[in-house]
Amino acid sequence: MTGVSATPAFRVERATPASRATAIGGVLLFVAMASLPAWGPAGTMKLLVEFLTLLALAQMWNLLAGYGGLVSIGQQAFVGLGAYAVLISVDRLVLHPVLALAVVAVAALLVASLTSIFAFRLSGGYFAIGTWVIAEVFRIFVANTRELGAGTGVTIQTLVAMPAPERQALVYWLALALGFGSVAAAALIMRSRLGLALRALRDSEPAALSLGVNVFRAKRAIYLVASVGAALAGAVIYLQLLRIQPNAAFGVDWTVKMIFIALIGGLGRIEGPIIGAVVFFVLQQALADYGSLYLVLIGAVAVGITLLAPRGLWGLFTARFPVALFGVQRRLAVAGPGEGPPRARGVVSE
Amino acid sequence: MEWVNALVQGILLGGLYALLATGLSLVFGVMRVVNLAQGDLTILAAFMALAIADASGANPLLSLLVVVPVLMLLGYVLQRGILNRAIAGGVLPPILVTFGIAVILQNALLEIFSADSQGLDAGPIEGQSLRLTDQLAVGWFPLATLLVAVLILVGLQLFIGRTQLGRAFRATSDDADAARLVGINDRHVYALAMALALGTIAVAGVFLGIRTTFGPLDGPVRLIFAFEAVVIGGLGSLWGTLAGGVILGVAQALGNQVNPAYQLLAGHLVFLAILAFRPRGLFPSASIRQQA
Repeated sequence: MTGVSATPAFRVERATPASRATAIGGVLLFVAMASLPAWGPAGTMKLLVEFLTLLALAQMWNLLAGYGGLVSIGQQAFVGLGAYAVLISVDRLVLHPVLALAVVAVAALLVASLTSIFAFRLSGGYFAIGTWVIAEVFRIFVANTRELGAGTGVTIQTLVAMPAPERQALVYWLALALGFGSVAAAALIMRSRLGLALRALRDSEPAALSLGVNVFRAKRAIYLVASVGAALAGAVIYLQLLRIQPNAAFGVDWTVKMIFIALIGGLGRIEGPIIGAVVFFVLQQALADYGSLYLVLIGAVAVGITLLAPRGLWGLFTARFPVALFGVQRRLAVAGPGEGPPRARGVVSE
Repeated sequence: MEWVNALVQGILLGGLYALLATGLSLVFGVMRVVNLAQGDLTILAAFMALAIADASGANPLLSLLVVVPVLMLLGYVLQRGILNRAIAGGVLPPILVTFGIAVILQNALLEIFSADSQGLDAGPIEGQSLRLTDQLAVGWFPLATLLVAVLILVGLQLFIGRTQLGRAFRATSDDADAARLVGINDRHVYALAMALALGTIAVAGVFLGIRTTFGPLDGPVRLIFAFEAVVIGGLGSLWGTLAGGVILGVAQALGNQVNPAYQLLAGHLVFLAILAFRPRGLFPSASIRQQA
């Protein structure tokens, strides 16, 4: 190279070796796990359904709070909505469960568009309680609707009538698609224009605003996505549980779990909820016998992590070993003079 | 006449809600933070009064002499030890930390007192009422609750408006950095505000416990009522909080008159209607701080 070239050779890269490995490993894991109904015991599948649906719930809450800065304590509104929407689709409209999930998604999208009108009048802590009130309204409404079983609840009869192995495999595959799908969806959203806006928002809202990011629209979009995700998770959860009661389906416990998982793993990182879900699931299995003391511990850990390690376990890990499992961050790869292949240069910290 | 009765009872119930909401309003007014553990702290106060009344045999109203100072101290320590640190971290940490505290309190109370519903027995005043007409009677205790709520709000208003410390509250609320520049210790001011708020919460908890039954898991409902009263009245306005409490109480009482199952729903719907049509509340006059 003799002169200074007018246009430097560069390109924008997002994938890293680690992210390529994650993608390949993820596909292999998905295929391996998909074969489980052929050889695995039913108990394992049941546990995995629980784990995968929790992962999806937390991943969706992380989109909302970790990236959008919207702390909702009312996502149980959509868990319950998913439960009752799948009941109506499967039992009353006689749809196949897979088709029923499409109905759930559309219903959740419509309802979330409506609730966002109210919730987005509030911000910060008031947004948190406002979403909670909306969930309470849903609960009271369903608990007083005799067609939906009122306060005592209903059972999804069509699924009860299905042969157990067939039902178990179906629910497991749905949960598998949901769990992996939620991670893939989060990664895809973060690679998109919306994701760029959200990550700018996460780092500094005033700065994002001054750069021309339409903050309101980005937040509303992520609220819709997270609500549809929570509704789909609620539908799959209750396809497994079969019995739906309004106090449980619209219970704030769902959101407590989402918050804890996202917090402990690391807010605002796709890896966070995955780590958090594993930790939470192990803790839950190990400490379930301690009842309310276990929840005291959960609360204390949440407070401690928020104050001492706001980036969660994944944040602690990447502080020592910088690695990004999901190639969402744009980096500039510039070919400098006298150099061979373009060298990747980090631009901003992911 | 039934409806007039429902209206009167609703106004009186509003006194209790205003009392519940005062702490939330004060904390938000001074430090722009929502205390999600508010409801559970109210229930904690009620349980403390219960434990004291059980141990000493005294009237639960007397337990206020202990519960109020203890909760004020707790408020100061909580703010200095944990919440100031959370506030420094931005918007998310205070929400997450107070929610974590709420979960801890709920389950600790559940562990200590079991899930049974409890009640405080304040003696004959609970049953006595002032008979206005043949069909309309006003209970002395609900009336006293409303009066206490008004007294506390007037007292806070005077304190914030007239005293030197109140001026420090307003200054810190307007601009914490500038307040620091003129020698105000904002961390101390925040802790005092939280102590005052928890003092009002202690009163609310004891009155709540005398008026209705309560259990360890009732905190969230109380938080939601307090929050609705604050939003209906207008954020950051203490008088708005009184009005919001009364409107919420009336809405619930009238809903109850239609169908007992709709008591809570009626309150929620009024709240949502306010959000949709008057998002800044009915009385957005700012007493502590001008609304941004």
